Amino acid sequence: MKKAFLIGWKDVKLAFRDRAALLLMLAAPFLLTLGLGLVTGRFSGSSNTGISDIPFVIVNQDEGQLGTELVKVFESEDMADLLEPSSASDPVAARQAVDEDKLAAVIVIPAGFSESFFSSQDSIEAPAIELYSNPARPTSVGVITTILESFLARAEMIRAGSEVTLTQLLSTGRLQPQEVAAAAERMAEQQSEAGASNSSLTLKNVTESGAEVDFDVLAYMAPGMALMFLMFTTTNGGRSLLAEQRLGTLPRLLTTPVNTTQVLGGKVLGIFLTGAAQMLILIVASTLFFQLNWGDPLAVLLLVLAAVVGAVGWGMIITALARTPGQVSAVGSALMLGFGILGGSFINLDNMPNWFRVIAKITPNAWGLDGFNTLALGGGLANILTPILALLIMGVALFAISVFIINRRGFGQR
Amino acid sequence: MMAPILEVQNLVKKYGDFTAVKGISFDIKEGEIFSLLGPNGAGKTTTISVLSTLYTATGGSATIGGHSVFAEPMTVRQIIGIVPQELALYDDLTARENLSFWGQMYNLSGKTLATRINEVLEQIGLTDKANQRVKTYSGGMKRRVNIGVGLLHRPRLLFMDEPTVGIDPQSRRAILDSVKELNRQGMTVLYTTHYMEEAQELSDRVGIIDHGELIALGTQAELKSQVGQNETLVLAVAETDDPQILADKLKTVPGVLKADVIDHTITTITPDAQGIISPTILLANQLGIKINAIDIQEPNLEAVFLHLTGRALRD
Repeated sequence: MKKAFLIGWKDVKLAFRDRAALLLMLAAPFLLTLGLGLVTGRFSGSSNTGISDIPFVIVNQDEGQLGTELVKVFESEDMADLLEPSSASDPVAARQAVDEDKLAAVIVIPAGFSESFFSSQDSIEAPAIELYSNPARPTSVGVITTILESFLARAEMIRAGSEVTLTQLLSTGRLQPQEVAAAAERMAEQQSEAGASNSSLTLKNVTESGAEVDFDVLAYMAPGMALMFLMFTTTNGGRSLLAEQRLGTLPRLLTTPVNTTQVLGGKVLGIFLTGAAQMLILIVASTLFFQLNWGDPLAVLLLVLAAVVGAVGWGMIITALARTPGQVSAVGSALMLGFGILGGSFINLDNMPNWFRVIAKITPNAWGLDGFNTLALGGGLANILTPILALLIMGVALFAISVFIINRRGFGQR
Repeated sequence: MMAPILEVQNLVKKYGDFTAVKGISFDIKEGEIFSLLGPNGAGKTTTISVLSTLYTATGGSATIGGHSVFAEPMTVRQIIGIVPQELALYDDLTARENLSFWGQMYNLSGKTLATRINEVLEQIGLTDKANQRVKTYSGGMKRRVNIGVGLLHRPRLLFMDEPTVGIDPQSRRAILDSVKELNRQGMTVLYTTHYMEEAQELSDRVGIIDHGELIALGTQAELKSQVGQNETLVLAVAETDDPQILADKLKTVPGVLKADVIDHTITTITPDAQGIISPTILLANQLGIKINAIDIQEPNLEAVFLHLTGRALRD
């Protein structure tokens, strides 16, 4: 075990001393994340994620003006391409549809929402609008959240403005106290029709676990880039096995008191440690520079390790099937880009047909993104057990096949 | 000389239909320098690769320090040290890091490892450059580190596979001197080379290998006696002339046993080299061939190889 670790640690040192590899391992994913953040307006406040027809349900239990206006906002012509809202009366059934991945979200406008909003009594707390979100569709949820928050912010602005106006009218005697409620309602009606609105009203954004979160579009892009370039690291690590064969260091290792299991184990450990270090550096960097919230640190760590296991599996299978380091590099680059596209690093899988999303599951990228997005939306370790398990099974199965192929070829033997 | 540290019996190594080593047998006694001399492709590296447990043998047996190379590879690996023909180092690690890594592979650790690294660095003359990455070294310096790795765990038997290929004369001299020094300190060395001069300078005994067969084995005196007291007359022919014409004519001169051409050099085997110089120059003049240099050599391993195979070592 000690020798395997020494071999692995040596590979980590070599990987981090290779400037060209460092560019692809760290600089490229970081800069691409930065670039995508700029393109999507993450750093300027606007967002264009290129998605459309987001399916969601509005359960409007409110009989007042504000609830109706909110529904109008979501059903407006301006939103027609982006959103595909439908109405329902049963919030339980709607939540069930979200859990079954049929919807991106459910918005529940509670009864008495408008009444509490127009009430001049501070003691009455406005009931919260509930956004029940689908963690598997983080970008879609992010869009709905943004629209909802914007509406609530405008509604709050109206209320504050109305309060000031009514107070002035009362103090100057132009309005009698018994007329205040009716006047306030008329004002709100007029202003909301004019398209205003904002809030001390709260948006209750909940996941299945009930946690409240804010979605950041960069929380989708950063893991996408990190996972894509993780594939580079693992295939590059696998390539080093064949490179060592050519350079003569592998044959030399096999003439020392080290067995083939230790050598192979050490090489795999080196790839694993390098990949894990790469992911963790990118996570820390994006947290520091982009103020990105990746979610529960322990869950993030475990997901990172599982994602690296999955990616190492692919790196090893390519190495086992290739004959030269050049072949590994060529196939590895193609796989990195292919998995990046297929796994959702560049496109939102929510918008893809079901068959595409099924095929995407062969990639560590898709499972990893699934897990990272769940965590970014406030999910915990319990919510990402499926991706973790899938990644571990993927990695172990591919590694077992790789070892079989490598042994069949005669590892280091002639 | 002591008991054999290495014994090889009928060693065979095949790659598919091609037989690289054809049933060779030899032994090496503790404390000697044994050279396997032969041209490129003769089977030297394959033999070392099998004996160092890297390749599996197709047939035969081999023991090192009384342990079967094939049945107890891990024990054998601890006894032997390898200096491979190609540099087998990590370029992005320093010399010290390389030595540390390889030392730990040989089960060295802690103070023992640190001491041995310093001793080896001193031995290979790289103490002051120990913390520079190997990729910044010259070819000769890399060769020295390559040798140093093989010495770290004080092996009883050191395999050196053509360690002077492709380096400058100064580094070559240093390596040959270090091999003699290691041997003086008690290390047994199996040295492969296609340079006759190196085998002559270093070896207590020599095995001449060609096409996978051990065609001669013994001390240098024993091998030279196979060609009797014959001398070698070496003629350097001008590049503009055809040496083959002169070589063919020389074969008809009384006393000339062999006349072979390598590039523009004619190597002539004869009992009396001095005696055939005049007729050789006469023939050259008649044929209009210019001779640039003449050299008379005592019986040597080159002549032995030529005698046994009809070819020069560089063929």
